[in-house]
Amino acid sequence: MKKVVTLVLILVMTVGMVTGCGKSDTKDTTKGDSSDIKVGIIYIGDENEGYTAAHMDGIKEMMNTLGLSKNQVIEKTNIAEDESCYDAIVDLADQGCNIIFANSFGYETYMMQAAGEYPDIQFCHATGYQAKSSGLANMHNYFTAVYESRYVSGVVAGLKLNDMIKNGTITADQAKMGYVGAYNYAEVVSGYTSFYLGARSVCPSVTMEVQYTNSWGDMAAENEVAKQLIADKCVLISQHADTTGAPTACEEANIPCVGYNVDMTSVAPGTALTSATINWGPYYIYAVKSIIDKTAIATDWCQGFADGAVSISPLNDKAVAPGTADEVAKVEASLKDGSLKVFDTSKFTVQGSKIEDLITKDEKFSKYSAYVSDGYFHESEVISAPAFDLRIDGITELTK
Amino acid sequence: MSKEAANKEVFLRMTKRDSISKRKAWAIRGIAVVLSLILCALIIVALTNDNPFQVYLGIIDGAVGRKRRFWVTVRETMVLLIIAVGLTPAFKMRFWNIGAEGQILMGGTATAAMMIYFGNAMPNWLLLLVIFIVSSLAGMLWGLLPAVFKAYYNTNETLFTLMLNYVAMQIVTFCIVFWENPAGSNTVGIINGATRKGWFRNIFGQQYVLNVIIVLIMTLAVYLYMKHSKQGYEIAVVGESQNTAKYAGINVKKVIIRTMMISGGICGLAGSIIVSGASHTISTSTAGGRGFTAIIVAWMSKFNPVAMLLVSAFLVFMQQGSIQIASQYGLNENASDIITGILLFFLIGCEFFINYKVEFRKSKKEVQ
Repeated sequence: MKKVVTLVLILVMTVGMVTGCGKSDTKDTTKGDSSDIKVGIIYIGDENEGYTAAHMDGIKEMMNTLGLSKNQVIEKTNIAEDESCYDAIVDLADQGCNIIFANSFGYETYMMQAAGEYPDIQFCHATGYQAKSSGLANMHNYFTAVYESRYVSGVVAGLKLNDMIKNGTITADQAKMGYVGAYNYAEVVSGYTSFYLGARSVCPSVTMEVQYTNSWGDMAAENEVAKQLIADKCVLISQHADTTGAPTACEEANIPCVGYNVDMTSVAPGTALTSATINWGPYYIYAVKSIIDKTAIATDWCQGFADGAVSISPLNDKAVAPGTADEVAKVEASLKDGSLKVFDTSKFTVQGSKIEDLITKDEKFSKYSAYVSDGYFHESEVISAPAFDLRIDGITELTK
Repeated sequence: MSKEAANKEVFLRMTKRDSISKRKAWAIRGIAVVLSLILCALIIVALTNDNPFQVYLGIIDGAVGRKRRFWVTVRETMVLLIIAVGLTPAFKMRFWNIGAEGQILMGGTATAAMMIYFGNAMPNWLLLLVIFIVSSLAGMLWGLLPAVFKAYYNTNETLFTLMLNYVAMQIVTFCIVFWENPAGSNTVGIINGATRKGWFRNIFGQQYVLNVIIVLIMTLAVYLYMKHSKQGYEIAVVGESQNTAKYAGINVKKVIIRTMMISGGICGLAGSIIVSGASHTISTSTAGGRGFTAIIVAWMSKFNPVAMLLVSAFLVFMQQGSIQIASQYGLNENASDIITGILLFFLIGCEFFINYKVEFRKSKKEVQ
């Protein structure tokens, strides 16, 4: 059955691509000539895996917007993070690609190797952090301010908790959320902290427990960890892991949940509130357009709501608290105009103190002085990859 | 049993062949290759709707269409060949060494350790020499363990070598914790990317010539060792019958241990060729199942070095080619595994028809 669904999906996608290309001729608004541009991409997964699927959607959006035909884009899927990714990258270079993207963290050193050997080709690596320090002019990193969309999804979660408190389902003290994390890396810490801060901005009594699966995508482990968190009296579950394991457990236990990357209503129609998602399209359009226009690509690129690079999936009306849509619109607007900062230092404490005080008093925290100024933590501004790895008060990590 | 049933001739009768002419055997293998190519074509055509000749042109383009692709195909062929060569002495001795994966990983890990810790300690030629020795020793150790237990306690070497594969994988995982680069990626990344210490140097301007030279030398050496040395003969005798060997005054324990050290050592060296000569990294997928594929290569070739080269080249050619097909037609990379699976199925399956004769039921009168 799954195979049939996959086949149908592939067919739909192929048709989508063909018709997309047909339309693109009239849409071409670029000033440069895009007909001799060739784009290569290597993916860690394929269309069946949420993270890569999001990148593939971004590439499709770029092709439609810039009017690239199907044979101008070469996609390589399921490339392992070893020498095969170097082989794949240089093969794309040999095939005449002008710009090559790679979507997984472990590709970075291989891509830098290739970037050194092909100085005329632009190399763009998602989620990495070494482009700036590599000294290679043709090496770039990109990421999105996904912490903004996590913050908004946290607001949705907080409103749901308020609703549950109002209905008498739980008391204010019982408002404890559970978070299924992948690894204890900054990317995950930054994500769960912004989610938590979003929830606490509307529900002041909320606390959160985090447990790691030590895998980016492990359906069984995520399902199991979610069940443990629910048994530990968590009344709402969110995740930073790639599969539908956690929402499946939540639907069984009738516990509201917030997903990541993809809309979870297919597996949790009654309990999935929304998902924090990334739109990679804006970056792919920006980078390829830079090639066409012969302008430089930023070494580090990271954008959020303001550029449409992040969003939350449509709210599930069956599950969210009444009035959520209005509140979300308000929060998104203030993130866009910059009046709201996710990591506002007046909104969280570390070991009972404000981070500014810790930086001056405690040597261990002095390294954060590069990030903290003007009353907020400048996440993803120094380099595009997430850097916020402070453990703030209110959140407990069950595993390290 | 009734008389009627006893007289009834089965529809298909399979009899073991006493002998088969070389020409006939190769004809059967040739037919198997053609049939497997046809089946692969049918499957690819069903998936891509393109005509099979286009698809096969794509495979050729992917495997040898560009200079770099040609050299990658050569590189992978050489790796598969040296592992098969390494397995040859063990299998000649009927020692079921399915632990090549582990021996390769140990050799690879030793190589990576040398590159990381001694990268700046010595000139590159010396470092490479040290790497060859240390990686062979690491593989040797991994071959020695099951051999000692086999020789003295008659333990099952199949389970033992298989188990050591998993132990080797865990050792690699453990080392990755210390060598992780960049931190948080759970991979080692390229080792000495800037300095290229411990990397094979280009010969004649080509990156993989040294791989070819080492592998061909080892292949020739093992061939001569097996065919023309006393020790090689001892291995063959032990393989045919341990009792005969004992009767002839051969120290069977010694032969088993010595042979597995050679076998493991060559597989360890293969690990250094992979790490120093190709990937410049170490991961649990460094061996990548090639330790198992090489078993098939060795047996199918009847341990003939030229046949091993041809079979390795054919398998790698199709694998590299199907990677190209996959990206050209937007198929999943798993398409390449499917094609390899089909090829192996036919190539191994055809051995049945070489060893057995299949006869159909003749007319009833003859049965009476």
